[in-house]
Amino acid sequence: MVVNPSDRVEPASGGRELETQEFVVNMGPQHPSTHGVCRLILTMDGEVLKKIVPDIGFLHRSIEKIAENRTYHQFMIYTDRIDYVASMNANHAWCVAVEKLAAIEVPERAEYLRVIMAELNRIASHLVFLASFSIDLGAVTPFLYAFRERERIVDLFEMTCGQRLTYNYMRIGGVSRDVPKGFVSETKKFCKYLYPRVDEYEAILTENPIFLGRTKGIGILDLPTAIGYSVSGPPLRGSGLKWDIRKDEPYSAYEKFDFDIPTGLNGDTWDRYKVRIEEMRQSARIVEQALDGLPEGEIKAKIPARFRPPEGEVFARIEAPRGEMAYFIVSDGSTKPYRVKIRTASFCNLQALPVMGEGFKIADLVAIFGSLDIILPEVDR
Amino acid sequence: MFELEGIFNAVGDFLASFLGSPLLQIVSVIAVGTVVAGFLAVLALFLVWWERKLSADFQVRMGPMRTGPHGVLQTIADAIKLLQKEDIIPLTADRKVFFWAPVVCFVTAFMAYICIPFGKGLIVRDLNIGILYIVAITTFTVISLLMAGWASNNKYSLLGGMRSAAQIVSYEVPLSLSLLGAVMLAQSLSMVTIVQGQSESFLHWYIWRQPLGFLLYIVAATAEVNRTPFDIPEAEQELVAGFNIEYSGMKFAMFFLAEFVNMFTVCAIAVTLFLGGWNPPFEFLSFIPSWIWFLGKCLFLIFVLMWFRWTYPRLRVDQLMAFAWKFLLPLAFLNIIASGFLIYLFE
Repeated sequence: MVVNPSDRVEPASGGRELETQEFVVNMGPQHPSTHGVCRLILTMDGEVLKKIVPDIGFLHRSIEKIAENRTYHQFMIYTDRIDYVASMNANHAWCVAVEKLAAIEVPERAEYLRVIMAELNRIASHLVFLASFSIDLGAVTPFLYAFRERERIVDLFEMTCGQRLTYNYMRIGGVSRDVPKGFVSETKKFCKYLYPRVDEYEAILTENPIFLGRTKGIGILDLPTAIGYSVSGPPLRGSGLKWDIRKDEPYSAYEKFDFDIPTGLNGDTWDRYKVRIEEMRQSARIVEQALDGLPEGEIKAKIPARFRPPEGEVFARIEAPRGEMAYFIVSDGSTKPYRVKIRTASFCNLQALPVMGEGFKIADLVAIFGSLDIILPEVDR
Repeated sequence: MFELEGIFNAVGDFLASFLGSPLLQIVSVIAVGTVVAGFLAVLALFLVWWERKLSADFQVRMGPMRTGPHGVLQTIADAIKLLQKEDIIPLTADRKVFFWAPVVCFVTAFMAYICIPFGKGLIVRDLNIGILYIVAITTFTVISLLMAGWASNNKYSLLGGMRSAAQIVSYEVPLSLSLLGAVMLAQSLSMVTIVQGQSESFLHWYIWRQPLGFLLYIVAATAEVNRTPFDIPEAEQELVAGFNIEYSGMKFAMFFLAEFVNMFTVCAIAVTLFLGGWNPPFEFLSFIPSWIWFLGKCLFLIFVLMWFRWTYPRLRVDQLMAFAWKFLLPLAFLNIIASGFLIYLFE
């Protein structure tokens, strides 16, 4: 092949810059750091990210459409599958929405049990975050420490409802069964056990210079952008806004408990990590208070099997571990919802990824993605 | 009593008694090569198992338990499994380079063992430029990683190969400079002379006169063998496996074994130059054979490297470069100047 002299790249000393080429890397759908089946189409200049395009939809199961063909009771098991890492919270969101639609009074004991389960599940979910986040940064050991603690929470759930991942514990108007003997004392023991463990994670990660170098100032999400992208949950609080549905629009029994909302300062990866660590402590506090004040009584309101809520529409949201989880239900007065729309935090939070990641390096992208704590079934539904 | 020197000499004399001199040369080269290769194979298998057990201890797990008592046969089973695996060469790969990369990697790792003194008289060939030779030959690893990264024709492995090239070239500089202090003290590049300079008691070990050099060396060596916190070329979470992503079967096993052999090499250099080599810490402990002292010290340093790996997160590639050039390199120069000055002052 004859090379046209004018096409040849002059050496750098010749006055012209050496030509470099951007290239496209497909990160995923099968990749260890995408936490599920997500594809990130990365345009890179060497190691630097020029453009990030998240490609989702690999896990779409049309859960919203399924809801139109199931009764209100039947749909409960599908909510487990929306966010299987925190399925208690996903159950809870559906219950809160349907109960608001039909104006159902929930017995107080059931509300307390729901709070206990939801908060335990929040701790479990944040432990999974800690595990996967530390492994994203190359620290393998905290992964197993976090799963050791999660195992105890899962054991508590198994004690209660027999399941270890998709609990299907809550029911419209209450919970499916009362907690077994020994649950209260075991859970109290667990809370006492958790606080020093969280300190241990902090000792191994929080102030470690390598960890700080990898997370401080990385993936900054400033507050206006976060609000603009409808980011919620720990990423939003990491950016500095004190916004938590449990405090600002209390549902269940949350207004009865005393807990703090941790916030970050800079909105970087470290802040999001720190917010979650602090939330674990606060959740344990809520669980302890709820166990102490657990009232006696019914665990379920009387709801007919062929449950027909009144015609109308409702929007209800809760604070799931990953952010706001909301249901919009349109009822036509039959046993099945006419339309269900699910608002999940992971979907909205993922949209902010390109803003946070562009200009950083590929190693940072892994840290930023990990710090968003996305769960893909929740993104795709 | 259990010194291996006598055994090897006896075997050598026995062979010499009936073989002619040119034939003896060939036979002894083959014999020594086989012994070293066998030792390294067993060593790598042991280290893989040990690392798995150690990481399990750090992580409140059991590690391999099923294959043999406490899983001692696990790595042998793994090696057999890898041998049976289909050897996959990607269609777009550069076949020749793809084939030779693991060979270069393994052979260079192996060649460093020509002048590592395992014990009194236990050295294949005491080159008078021993340490220089080892540092030079281990640098060849980078060529094999680049070859593997380029030949796989995969963007991830190319990134991994480029990263490892940048990393090893950067860390080679502080690594070599950190060794110079000890070389100045021994006034020799020969590994045996360096060890002999540290005999008598542990107070004569160069680590006491070269503490900074030792620390710099350990840090640079960790980077040199691509272990956490410097395992950037094969950063699993970003590059999946880096340069060896496309390798399977025995070729992968060669990279894997070379990694552990290299780890032993850098620890052996540290032991030789800073921790007195085969010398026991006290004279009265010399009834324990020298090769046991050497192996024990090496295994201790390897334990430290494994400890790093299961404790720390990973650095980012630019932080890694900054650390090498802005922190380690100036300190290494400072160390040389200070040692030179002190040696001039006291001797």
